[in-house]
Amino acid sequence: MPQEKHRSRRRPLRLLNHWLRGLRQRGHERFVRWALRVPTPEPVPITLVQRRVYVLPTRVGLAFGLALVSIFLGAVNYNLSLGHALVFWLAGLGLVSILHTFRNLVQLTINPGRCAPVFAGETACFDLLLTNTRRDARTHLLLSANDLPPIDMDIPPHSTSTARIALPTNQRGWMKLPRITIETTWPLGLVRAWSYVAPAMQCLVYPAPAKTAPPLPFSGATAQGARHTGQGADDFAGLRGHQRSDPPRHVAWKAAARQDNGKLQTKLFSGESAQELWLDWEAAPANLTTEQRIACMTRWLLDADAAGMRWGLRLPTLRLAPAQGAAHRATGLQALALYALPGVVPSKTTPGPPKKSHGAT
Amino acid sequence: MARLERPITRRQSLWLLAAAITAFTPLAQHMPLWLSAFAGTAFAWRAWLTLRGGRLPARWLLVLMVAAGSAGVFIEYRSLFGRTPGIALLLIFLSLKLMELRAPRDAVVTVLLCYFLILGQFLFTQTIPTALLTCTAVILTTAALLAANNDRPSIRQQLRHAGSLLLQALPLMLLLFLLFPRITGPLWGMPEDRRSAVSGLTDTMAPGSIAQVSQSDAVAFRVAFKSAPPAQASLYWRGLVMPDFDGRAWRVRETREAYTKPPYSQQPSEQPSPENKPVDYELTLEPHGKRWLFALESPLILPAESALTRDYQLLAHQPIRTRQRYALSSSPAIKKGLADPVDVLRASLALPANSNPRTRALAAGWRKQHGTGNGADAAIVKTAEDFFNRQLLSYTLNPPLAGQHSVDEFLFDSKRGFCEHFASAFAFALRAAGVPARVVAGYQGGEVNPVDGYLVVRQYDAHAWTEVWLAKQGWVRIDPTAIAAPRRIDSNLASAIPATDTPPFLMREQMPWLKALRYRLDAVNNGWNQWVLGYDPQRQRDFLQRFGLDPDWRNMTALLATLCGLALLILTFWVLRQREKMDPAHRAWRRFTRKLAKRGVVWQAWEGPDTFAARATQKLPGQAEKIHAIARCYANLRYARHASYADTPPNDGIAQSHGVAHRKTLANGLTRLNQLINEL
Repeated sequence: MPQEKHRSRRRPLRLLNHWLRGLRQRGHERFVRWALRVPTPEPVPITLVQRRVYVLPTRVGLAFGLALVSIFLGAVNYNLSLGHALVFWLAGLGLVSILHTFRNLVQLTINPGRCAPVFAGETACFDLLLTNTRRDARTHLLLSANDLPPIDMDIPPHSTSTARIALPTNQRGWMKLPRITIETTWPLGLVRAWSYVAPAMQCLVYPAPAKTAPPLPFSGATAQGARHTGQGADDFAGLRGHQRSDPPRHVAWKAAARQDNGKLQTKLFSGESAQELWLDWEAAPANLTTEQRIACMTRWLLDADAAGMRWGLRLPTLRLAPAQGAAHRATGLQALALYALPGVVPSKTTPGPPKKSHGAT
Repeated sequence: MARLERPITRRQSLWLLAAAITAFTPLAQHMPLWLSAFAGTAFAWRAWLTLRGGRLPARWLLVLMVAAGSAGVFIEYRSLFGRTPGIALLLIFLSLKLMELRAPRDAVVTVLLCYFLILGQFLFTQTIPTALLTCTAVILTTAALLAANNDRPSIRQQLRHAGSLLLQALPLMLLLFLLFPRITGPLWGMPEDRRSAVSGLTDTMAPGSIAQVSQSDAVAFRVAFKSAPPAQASLYWRGLVMPDFDGRAWRVRETREAYTKPPYSQQPSEQPSPENKPVDYELTLEPHGKRWLFALESPLILPAESALTRDYQLLAHQPIRTRQRYALSSSPAIKKGLADPVDVLRASLALPANSNPRTRALAAGWRKQHGTGNGADAAIVKTAEDFFNRQLLSYTLNPPLAGQHSVDEFLFDSKRGFCEHFASAFAFALRAAGVPARVVAGYQGGEVNPVDGYLVVRQYDAHAWTEVWLAKQGWVRIDPTAIAAPRRIDSNLASAIPATDTPPFLMREQMPWLKALRYRLDAVNNGWNQWVLGYDPQRQRDFLQRFGLDPDWRNMTALLATLCGLALLILTFWVLRQREKMDPAHRAWRRFTRKLAKRGVVWQAWEGPDTFAARATQKLPGQAEKIHAIARCYANLRYARHASYADTPPNDGIAQSHGVAHRKTLANGLTRLNQLINEL
């Protein structure tokens, strides 16, 4: 019973707390919108000029201030002249530390860097290039996005360091780099200087390949050479190191058994260049949802690419002529990533140009 | 706010430990032994844990230790509040906080506790060495705070960084110290601590008590005269008035404040002459734990928070526990006590029964001789002085012990005594003759420090004399010591006592250089006391007025804000001055691109010099040659194999040999580049 009573008495308090927290969050959001009053996307390079770096005392700073007040009262009460001197010295130290913390952040230059495409479920890595044009190092800059644990950076004098912001992905398509908070409390931890940046960066998130998928859709009409591969072992040409996307059927199990280190190898078949395969939207099992279908096709695409085939892609809105190679693979994956996304804009400039090869898989 | 919760590293705990030790060490002598041992053990334990690695003690153990320590403090001081118990508690908290350094927050708490302990030290001593020691402690504590935020730099870098931050804070400190409107404490009543006895005069004068005070060469007070100091022989610093005599000791009677304004005033009728011209001076009294103040006769205005008793003792409202400074103006020619109440005079005639029969008999003879007519009292005083002169009394620091009839023994048997014997005997004799008389104690003389001109009065200048009440003259000062040992009054104690007596150390004949050094040291100390420790609201007003400023707190605050803002502004410029140390080649390139932008070719940041030159020449074929030359030159300067030039430290060992030749070619290249751009 008393516990009940206790709890009921605390409920209004909790409500108030909740309301206050909501208020704070809304206030914070408004502040951030105001603080980030820059044209979007921000023109690069972004330089943190004076008026976009904010400074406020931290909790430690407030405690320090409180301690100074107590020291001051003690000094007054006991008429301690040196106590006055001490408290004034420490107050001066606090003021000076504001400058130094501010200086640690201000005039930092930020450039967007690479951002390699990833599969959904993997971690997207946005590289930001932080340039320090000063003669002194910048110490303990914390970069964070979305309340994730921050990364701690030191930038030596006259140099550029790369900050890699890692964000989890769960959806295919373009993932925008959220607003980044750059902050520092160095050197004394009494004040916090911070700034928001929102460089125009996006990461292409490929669809996650299905774990299990029907076999590759060889069709008689197009797969002239595919029949070859399908039956297979006759034109065995050699072995190469196994990659995760290689179909398990091509693993040289016998060779693996012979080897002690347990490294898998993939069998290569001659005449691969001749093999041609159409990955057709319609070829996927009809009972799948769009997303599942995309996952399945992604799996096919990866398998076909790993097998070194020439493959083409046919989606309801897009047709990709059969080809082969990393660039082709990237184009295919991008097409799958962006297929039937609500409100997708045709890719303009992609920060990590898909032309370059990404051996991520 | 994103937060990184890093555990406290070994280096950080060592920094904090070092800060705690430096904050504690100067306090050790003021703390009870068990507490110092407690803290010392905690520090050693912590050091061992840090260096050898080991688990921090469990929380319940710490709680237990805090409880035990607090109980110890309570038993020691009978209180947990007040200054010394407070510091003792802080010390316990600090030493146990070190045992639970886990998160950054603990480091901050430790640092703040260290700052508090540093303040606590000032409760005991505020000398120059203390201040220097404190600077070290503050630097070390600040370095510990720096290390708590970033523990990678080396010890030297950390200390240098802390020093540089504190150095930048120094101008702000000076401004705040000088201009922050001062408040006179205390703000709340402080529970008083038991104080150790301070050497000095006490409210009782028995034979031998002033001689004992005279052994000390501690400073009693310092005096700065506004004009030339009066003659040495007239420097009677009146303090305690002792009208009560019990046959052996004289005692202070009045402790009630009777007059808040002097009941006498300067007679306007008298012509101003050197004798009765008021003497203006400022007296800085060392704390002695009692209420009385010292002044030349007779103060015309009373210091703040003080009053006169019925026998004209100057008493402060509160015991003097800190160094006090008060301005005074005294007029030597004032007659006081002309209208003293009868009971005061009667008290100044009281004698204990059956004491000193020989002196009584002698005094009765004087009264019989002079009768009771007008001027009889003055004649008796004269006779008494003659008698003291005839007795050939000798002045010594080591008089024989007094028996039951101390005055008789002194006047007729041993004839050796110190000033209290003289004063006691003289006052007794006059009382016996029916003349109101009393003993006055204080200081006589002093030594002028030639370095800063302050008159320093030390405990060995303690003195006792008598006051006699005469009709139409009031209380008249008579110093019987001056009859036997005039040199005590004219110069000092050391010259008056026989060679066999040992004078206090500072009075001995010393080597001149030692004396000079002593004067200098004393002047430095006094300057410190006057201007740093004694910088109070009054001093602050004086200081501001010297610069023609109105010492109103609003003006002061405004001035303070302005100057602090200015200092911060200067500091900001200094700190941010390297806006962008662009390398000169890059700057030249920027100039070049700006020039071309005006002609319609805008450089894009991703373009290399050659690419840009190629594009530019398409638009400006006329300038092709120059543009290509500039691009080539710039590319050479920036990307050829001498990359080190922009950030080579000027005194790098390897760069020195290479550097000169390098820098020459680079300089040539730059000149050429700039020329080319100019020609464009």
